[in-house]
Amino acid sequence: MTVSSAGRAEDLRISSVSKSFESKSGTVQALKNIDIDIPAGSFLVIVGSSGCGKSTLLRIIAGLERQFEGKVTLGGRPISRPGLDRGVVFQEHRLLPWLTVEQNIRFGLSRLPEAEKAARTQRQLELVGLTSFAKAHPHQLSGGMAQRVAIARALANQPEILLLDEPFGALDALTKIQMQNEILRIWQAERTTMVLVTHDIDEAIFLADQILVLSSRPGQVKSLHPVSLSRPRDRSSPDFMALRKTIFSEFFTESETPFAYEI
Amino acid sequence: MSIYAASLLKRLLRVGEYLILPVLLLSVWQAAVDLKWVKPILLPAPTTVAATFWSMVVSGELPKHLAISLWRVLEGFAIASVFGLLLGIGIGLSRRLDRMTDLTLQLIKPIPPISWIPLAILWFGIGEVGKIYIIFLGAFFPVLVNTIDGIRQTDHRYVELAEVLEISRARLIAQVILPSALPAIMTGLRVGLMVAWMCVVAAELIAASSGVGFLIMDARLLSQTDQVLVGMITIGAMGKLLDVILKRLELRIISWRSAYQGA
Repeated sequence: MTVSSAGRAEDLRISSVSKSFESKSGTVQALKNIDIDIPAGSFLVIVGSSGCGKSTLLRIIAGLERQFEGKVTLGGRPISRPGLDRGVVFQEHRLLPWLTVEQNIRFGLSRLPEAEKAARTQRQLELVGLTSFAKAHPHQLSGGMAQRVAIARALANQPEILLLDEPFGALDALTKIQMQNEILRIWQAERTTMVLVTHDIDEAIFLADQILVLSSRPGQVKSLHPVSLSRPRDRSSPDFMALRKTIFSEFFTESETPFAYEI
Repeated sequence: MSIYAASLLKRLLRVGEYLILPVLLLSVWQAAVDLKWVKPILLPAPTTVAATFWSMVVSGELPKHLAISLWRVLEGFAIASVFGLLLGIGIGLSRRLDRMTDLTLQLIKPIPPISWIPLAILWFGIGEVGKIYIIFLGAFFPVLVNTIDGIRQTDHRYVELAEVLEISRARLIAQVILPSALPAIMTGLRVGLMVAWMCVVAAELIAASSGVGFLIMDARLLSQTDQVLVGMITIGAMGKLLDVILKRLELRIISWRSAYQGA
């Protein structure tokens, strides 16, 4: 399999990004002074409790939030609007229900010759293992399959970065683990830079090169954990457990920790 | 009992559920006449009506008037659909066009089409144009309003998706907004056709020398209540048939939808 985007991959840099929303009860600061470098081809996972602004940060990188302070650059170019160099997978699959799986993947490929569109669609279907469902409509798919199509659609444009906003949040526990393996396999095959937002600490440790922990209100960088465990990662290995404990303790102080994790 | 027989029985029961109310109503009606609760001149028995119906079919009188009414409806409905769809899409997509037309349309909409009949007679005489104008007015607004509603109910998340994939505005309209508005548009067309059918009869009751509405009015002048009822029942049956045809069409066009069908 060819490596599609490694040749032109570029670093993503987030420098002192802050964002506040106006609400009826005043100004709410969602993000404060976020700084992080994401090397090309790496896997960053952003962890935080709900409402910490992690999705907002992802939307800023995607170019969907245009009002913010600070700077986000991809290979030195500032980001101000959505672009095909960044693929997005939303929490809900957002497949168009009136298009088939194949047509949904093809939907984002506007500027290519027909033959190239067909070839890429075929390749994406193979990548996510859904070739036999090419003619199915979204309502005929399971949640996990639909999310795989969404990933295929986002990757079809061969973006430099794939942004995933709690992509497995709505899936059951078993499907979720399957999808985590799947995204890892895709990442290793494509070497696309991945930025994934989640509130699932295990998911973060299983996937990430580095884990960014955000605090809530305002969303600030609490800590950054490089994960050096070799892949595939064993979810019950001592190193995995130790890191999980460290990150857990950042969310819950000793007295608040509801129960100890022992297996 | 075999599975086949069981499913056949189930199907028969379903047809039974469908027919039970009309059969009950007809029986009560027949009994009321047979037991002399009502005068046959005011309400002839179903059997009498059926006999009259058959003789009017054989003589060609009923088919002739029905064909004339149907043709008027199709003309008026076709014109109303074209204008309703075009203006509805325009207003749905453009806030400015919405502001420019809103007050005018909102003021005309509540005026019953039938109240236009006096003016229509003055303007167009009692020829075809006047009746088609009335039908147009009746069918136009349901199509228009539902088209606008359908477009405005497009899920914002799909629009965001289109932004991320850099979809052009033309493709956004053709592949996202219009398909998503299609169920509402189909509802508008069905309601429009129903209203068109009501309007043709109303227009013919007052100003016509042909059509089912004329048939009813003519029969009333001669106190032929059986013919009045034949006309009314024909209108009901034809309306139901037209709705079934459009409903079939709708199911075929919107096969991707997995909407609630009732328990």
